[in-house]
Amino acid sequence: MIALAPQLINLFATLILLLSFAMISQRRIVSLINIFAMQGVALVAASFLLGYATHQTDLYVSGALTLVLKVIFIPWMLHRLIRRLNVRWDVETLINIPTTMLVGIGLVIFAFSLALPVSRLSHSIAGGSLGIALACVLLSFMMMITRSKAVPQVIGFLSMENGLIFAATTVTNGMPMIVEFGIALDVLVGVLILGVFMFQIREKFDSLDIHNLETLKEE
Amino acid sequence: MHSFTHPGNWLHLDWVLVVVCAWLVIGCAGVAALRRFHFVATVLFPVGACFSVLLMALALSATFAGAEVAVLPLGLPQLPFHLRLDSLSAFFLLLIGGVSAGVSTFAAGYFRKGEGTPPGLICLEYHVFLASIALVVLADDAYVFMVVWETMAFSSFFLVMANHRIPEIRRAGYLYMLVAHIGALGILLCFGLLQANTGDYTFANMRAQHLTPFWGSVAFCLAVFGFGAKAGLLPLHAWLPEAHPAAPSPFSALMSGVMLKIALYGILRVGFDLLQTRIWWWGVLLMAVGLATALFGVVFSTVQVEMKRLLAYSSIENIGLICAGMGLAMLFASHGMQAFSALALTAAMYHMISHAFFKSLLFCSTGAVLHATGERSLGKLGGLIRYMPWVAWPTLIGVLSCAGLPPFGGFVAEWLLLQSFLFTTGLPGAFLDMLVPVMAAMIALIAALSGYTMVKYFGVIFLGQPRDDKLAQAHDAGAWERLGMVWLVTGCVLLGLFPNQMIALIDPLTQLLVHAGLAHTVAENGWLLVPVHMDRASYAPTIFLLGVMATFGATYLLVRKLYHARMRRVPPWDCGHPWQTARMQDSAEGFGQPIRQIFEPFFRMDRHLPTAFDSEPSYKVQVDDPLWHWLYLPVVRLVERVSKVVGLLQQGRIAVYLMYSFVTLIVVLLVVQR
Amino acid sequence: MSALGVLSQLLALVTALLLAPLLTGWVNQWRHWLQNKSAPGLLQPYRMLHKLFKKESLVAEHASSLFRMAPYVVFGCMLLASAIVPTLSTDLPLSPAADAIALVGLFALARVFISLAAMDVGTAFGTLGARREMLVGFLAEPALLMVLFCASMITRSTSLTVIVETLANRDLAIYPSLLLAGVAFTMVSLAENSRVPVDNPDTHLELTMIHEALILEYSARHLALLEWAASLKLFAYSCIGLALFAPWGVAHAQAPLALLLALPVLVFKLAVGGIALALIETLSAKMRIFRVPEFLGTAFLLAVIGLLVNVLLGVG
Repeated sequence: MIALAPQLINLFATLILLLSFAMISQRRIVSLINIFAMQGVALVAASFLLGYATHQTDLYVSGALTLVLKVIFIPWMLHRLIRRLNVRWDVETLINIPTTMLVGIGLVIFAFSLALPVSRLSHSIAGGSLGIALACVLLSFMMMITRSKAVPQVIGFLSMENGLIFAATTVTNGMPMIVEFGIALDVLVGVLILGVFMFQIREKFDSLDIHNLETLKEE
Repeated sequence: MHSFTHPGNWLHLDWVLVVVCAWLVIGCAGVAALRRFHFVATVLFPVGACFSVLLMALALSATFAGAEVAVLPLGLPQLPFHLRLDSLSAFFLLLIGGVSAGVSTFAAGYFRKGEGTPPGLICLEYHVFLASIALVVLADDAYVFMVVWETMAFSSFFLVMANHRIPEIRRAGYLYMLVAHIGALGILLCFGLLQANTGDYTFANMRAQHLTPFWGSVAFCLAVFGFGAKAGLLPLHAWLPEAHPAAPSPFSALMSGVMLKIALYGILRVGFDLLQTRIWWWGVLLMAVGLATALFGVVFSTVQVEMKRLLAYSSIENIGLICAGMGLAMLFASHGMQAFSALALTAAMYHMISHAFFKSLLFCSTGAVLHATGERSLGKLGGLIRYMPWVAWPTLIGVLSCAGLPPFGGFVAEWLLLQSFLFTTGLPGAFLDMLVPVMAAMIALIAALSGYTMVKYFGVIFLGQPRDDKLAQAHDAGAWERLGMVWLVTGCVLLGLFPNQMIALIDPLTQLLVHAGLAHTVAENGWLLVPVHMDRASYAPTIFLLGVMATFGATYLLVRKLYHARMRRVPPWDCGHPWQTARMQDSAEGFGQPIRQIFEPFFRMDRHLPTAFDSEPSYKVQVDDPLWHWLYLPVVRLVERVSKVVGLLQQGRIAVYLMYSFVTLIVVLLVVQR
Repeated sequence: MSALGVLSQLLALVTALLLAPLLTGWVNQWRHWLQNKSAPGLLQPYRMLHKLFKKESLVAEHASSLFRMAPYVVFGCMLLASAIVPTLSTDLPLSPAADAIALVGLFALARVFISLAAMDVGTAFGTLGARREMLVGFLAEPALLMVLFCASMITRSTSLTVIVETLANRDLAIYPSLLLAGVAFTMVSLAENSRVPVDNPDTHLELTMIHEALILEYSARHLALLEWAASLKLFAYSCIGLALFAPWGVAHAQAPLALLLALPVLVFKLAVGGIALALIETLSAKMRIFRVPEFLGTAFLLAVIGLLVNVLLGVG
């Protein structure tokens, strides 16, 4: 099992990349949240496996935290949110989906070519997946930019955070626990605030389209 | 120097010069018999074709001989013509001879009385064109190269303007001449750099020079610019879709099949032979330009509604692919991976020669269709397979070859190219390593799209029902036209079925340019094409063809034996729709609509949609080249503005002109004084 | 070219011919059972082929000989494809004749011929089908090629028998790029075999057809050959998938007795694959025709990312 660990980590890394790409090409919000939850599961599995292989209990704790937050609590909250906001339509994008995917490929190439020399320096068991983690971060960032409704942007932000945690886990075998807890708390509070924010937008404009926010400027 | 008195002592080069002179003589004979159409068509062109076949035979035997040089006492007193026949020239002579034999035979049957330029003059222009092309690949110094290059440009200009009474054709010819000369400027500057201040313009001298990487790169970029203008690489491609349709079909065939390749010969000669350094980003530049051109060409060819424009854009696509192959060869060569460089170069050369054959075949078929129906627009054709079988079936083979389908020649070229892309994980540099699989993916996409275009081309012209009533009077091609097309079809088929022999012919070329070749590994395996190693990849086109034909025959016979072969002709089912008109089929524009929708950012479209209030609703869409509006028109406006400013110099008063001379004299005296 | 090699080649051919309609019948059965309908019976495709061969062929008045020739060409291509893919054994004398790229070319040849034949009759639905088939093909073909390239880069060969031998013989290793390639391959084979979510093989609504519109004008023995060719295509695609992602159990040249074991293993693997296909078909809804390029574009880009991951992780 231990001998297979690097390959399994690489497999989970590829799964996370696949799910990031699936999120970009998704059109429906409910599937988007479900794919995000699956990405969380893959991240948890990678953390547990890495913890088992390197005998670091910190990674178990980090994995458990991700499980509670990213797989159970936040998706549940988002589902509840969209039910209450009556948000069920297709995702609208600023640039169409094929172009988004082409830009995504460009970002993947960019991330991979950046990460190759760095991963050779890393001593971790899974240094090769730094490029993949970087690609996930960039793809999620692009998702945040190209979506015109609020809920997919939130999911993009959360997915970016997934990518960062994965990068930290695989390259340096986790971050100090204080940092982990701090980030987890920030994310939780951030999502709660964004939820409140969405209600306010909805009340003011009767729609969650962020184009409406553009009217809030000096004329 | 050898003696000219014994023909047995003559080198291959001397015999090639005999062929060139023969063509010039035929041209002059054409001028002498200016309006004797019958004589020109049935005697002069076939004789020219015979000399093309002789040229092919000469090229075949010269491929394995060593390089031969000659110095002709023509030209200026201190600048004689240097000529050289090496394996690179021999390959191109083979291409020229093979294609022009078929096209000349086709042209013999193509001419009709009373179309624009008198036939004798066309004969002169055509044969001068052929002679100058042959001399371009033989040229061994910059001077003779430019002389014959310009002759080639001029003779093809006159050929394009053969029907010069039509304004669109005049405009196309003018644009063609303009871009050709911009290219010639680039080539001239490149040669100027290559001779590195020694004053000796022979290629032998240029080979001995060692330019610094900076000047070498400038020379290479100028060469790509100059030769690329003639080859139709982006962004200097705008003349191709205008000039190729404007010329009569046999000349479009020759221009598309042969002339574009000669431009690529120029890049090969300068990049691989004359320049001694190899820098990696030259290869990447060629690959990028090639792939951009190819993608542009194929996307535009899918949405065309006129047959010859479709084929012109398809030529742009193929030239782009060949360029990408050459770029990959250069990339490998710059990293010292000679064997893989030879593989990529072989793929590019194979694509060149099979494109020459199938594109000429397709253009000849458009000529036959044009003569039979008088229509060039795809919207008025259809169902011609029933009336013109002698044109339709060879065109089917040409179409299958162009789409890159086994077992024809286009597939072998594509197979070799994709194989060479798979080796790139040996390249140093992470970025290159990753960029190249992405380029392989683009090549696969471009090849698939060209299949789409070819199905559209063949399906809309030859299949289905006739979209116009007068198509029922279409007559089939004449004897000469059939012979020409059969020759070209044989070329396509042989290139597909016997790749090993063709690779053995390309081997001396790759040995010359990158000092490695495939012939050794290929020869070990008989009827299998094995470029590197048996375990790595192999392909046997003859087995392939035999397999499909065997199953065809076996199924046919078994079904008849076990069951029966009864057949009855009925009206088409069409899901029970009672009325069937020819207008219910897809038009050419309709067939290309999905691609137009997917690739919308590439086009600039002018659409006129009907509204509910039109008394005669109509729908019109015109697809334009965006580069024309973004690049060419602004450049033209800039040139006009600059000319206006410079035009202020022309005051019209004698006093002012005298003052110009006076000022110049004073300035010269001041400078000389220093 | 040993006698055993010839035997295994012939066996592979006969297996393909006989098993392909059975596979189609199996997938149909499971589709019906999952949708709570009563199934037509496992041998129904054979009965249909027999019925069609017996009938008299009705050909449109102005159809040319291309129309009559196309079913034979398509059938020949699919049969050759099934003969090249290593299903039972890697000791196939025909396999040096065509590698992975030639296999894709073979499918493309069949697709071009059937599209041309559909355009030959000159009806609205024929050209509609041809246009849509070429649209699906122009994205599916490069995606399939990229999937095969993923496997080629790992095994350093494009020859299918070498790929199977290498992947089957290596110590258990997990290739992440094959995960991406697997997802891409599933999407491509759904599109190419005209399955839901790309095209509904049961549809009778002409405006939603892709594959059915191409064979609308055919009848009797021509239609039988085309239906058989479609089954062979599904069989060939399933076998390619098995060869790339589950290559164990295929006999090798040095182990002739393994041939006896290879057949039941193949049947078992195909049965599982058929159930998975029926499940995917039941759980998905058919897409709008203009979402299909997006679907296939995603498959293409996933396969390209698989290639890039291969380069990044440097496996194989």
